[in-house]
Amino acid sequence: MENTYYNPADLAKFGNIAEFSPDLAKKFFDYYGDVFKEGELSVREKSLIALAVAHAIQCPYCIDAYTTDGLEKGASEGQMMEAIHVAAAIRGGASLVHGVQMMNKVKEITM
Amino acid sequence: MKSLKRQEHKFSDSFIQLEVLQAARPGGGKFERFEDKLDTIGLFPLRPTQLEIFQVNVGKMCNQTCKHCHVDAGPDRKEIMTRETMQQCLEALDKADVAGFPVKTIDLTGGAPEMNPHFRWFVQELHKRGKHVIVRCNLTIILANPKYHDLPQFFKAHGVEVVSSLPHFSARRTDAQRGDGVFEKSIKALQMLNAAGYGQEGSGLQLHLVYNPAGAFLPGAQVSLEKEFKQQLKRQFNIDFNSLFVITNLPISRFLDYLVQSGNYEGYMEKLVNSFNPAAAANVMCRNTISVGWDGQLYDCDFNQMLDLTVVGAPRHIKDFDVAQLNQRDIVLNQHCYGCTAGAGSSCGGQTA
Ligand code: SF4
Ligand code: SF4
Repeated sequence: MENTYYNPADLAKFGNIAEFSPDLAKKFFDYYGDVFKEGELSVREKSLIALAVAHAIQCPYCIDAYTTDGLEKGASEGQMMEAIHVAAAIRGGASLVHGVQMMNKVKEITM
Repeated sequence: MKSLKRQEHKFSDSFIQLEVLQAARPGGGKFERFEDKLDTIGLFPLRPTQLEIFQVNVGKMCNQTCKHCHVDAGPDRKEIMTRETMQQCLEALDKADVAGFPVKTIDLTGGAPEMNPHFRWFVQELHKRGKHVIVRCNLTIILANPKYHDLPQFFKAHGVEVVSSLPHFSARRTDAQRGDGVFEKSIKALQMLNAAGYGQEGSGLQLHLVYNPAGAFLPGAQVSLEKEFKQQLKRQFNIDFNSLFVITNLPISRFLDYLVQSGNYEGYMEKLVNSFNPAAAANVMCRNTISVGWDGQLYDCDFNQMLDLTVVGAPRHIKDFDVAQLNQRDIVLNQHCYGCTAGAGSSCGGQTA
């Protein structure tokens, strides 16, 4: 194993996952390619969603890839940062909304 | 900001730029020669299809000093085409008409072409000959001085097609590439062009925008970016335009300097080479265009002009213009050509594949 878990050069080797399981990889990449085609959402909007998700799941490969992709698709710095705030707001909100569960439980077992 | 030439920067020497482009990679080995790449798809030597466009660089003087400028233009550049050379261009066009290879389109570029004192005269002469004139207008020039405020009317009177750079619909990205305050002035200039009828449906007055990335990345697909630009410019500033030309930055001059200084050179070249597209290679603009320098020298394209690579196999000066020989020449190629063949391709008219 390498000394680090993440190596930027590995991003370009994504396609190599086919080596151990070609059929599944092909299915995945075909699907992936279709997902990012221009559709009801524009390619730029999809790129921004991908960037937000990348931050939610904190994947450095995806952050690298979808920052460049966003620039290529014409997204502005402001749009990219707003997308990340959307991810942050949902993450924060997802924790906080569970506060209601906590409160319910508190009220259930306290006088 | 000063031009590279004024700074006496090493890249003001085109020979040194070519050395960088052809140098060994830090990890050893070299990028495949562009000529060899073309050979693998049967396109070498690269030959013209037919001469259709004259791109005339009427001088390197410009009111802006954009960071990526491949001309190394700026207020400190004094190279300006003389009226005599313009006259020679007109004679060359007449000669081509007589020879039965008429050149229909004349694409005027610079610098800011409007800063050449003979610019209006030249446009009038071209218009008289029934030529289609394109002006690469940087927009801010229209507001730079009262004497330029009537440019939209002048363009309109001569049926000029206006092609203007706007690297982004956000001020930040535009100003980062073209200078502080450029975005705001560009928007005002676009509104003036719109008011003159440019970009308006049914007016026949063509206004195109040029998008090129403000950094070391490739442009995205032209159709999607055009849609995006149209929506944003309409919504935010009520601006209309006809088409968006998406252009890749070639690794020469100030953009090369940026790439080297920012440590992006290797990665960018690798991207260009890996994105080589045979369909784009077949449609590179040097196959139907000739570029005339401010001093009348002839080149295969504006990029070769900036690298001092004059045409080979035909007379090298506009005064000796010979359309038949030019149509037979081998185009001069080098590693920067990968910029024209990456992805969906790139030319002064946008994507090519
Ligand atoms: S406006 Fe055009 S010619 Fe002038 S510096 Fe910018 S890119 Fe160069
Ligand atoms: S850089 Fe010039 S010569 Fe090279 S492919 Fe592009 S247009 Fe042709």
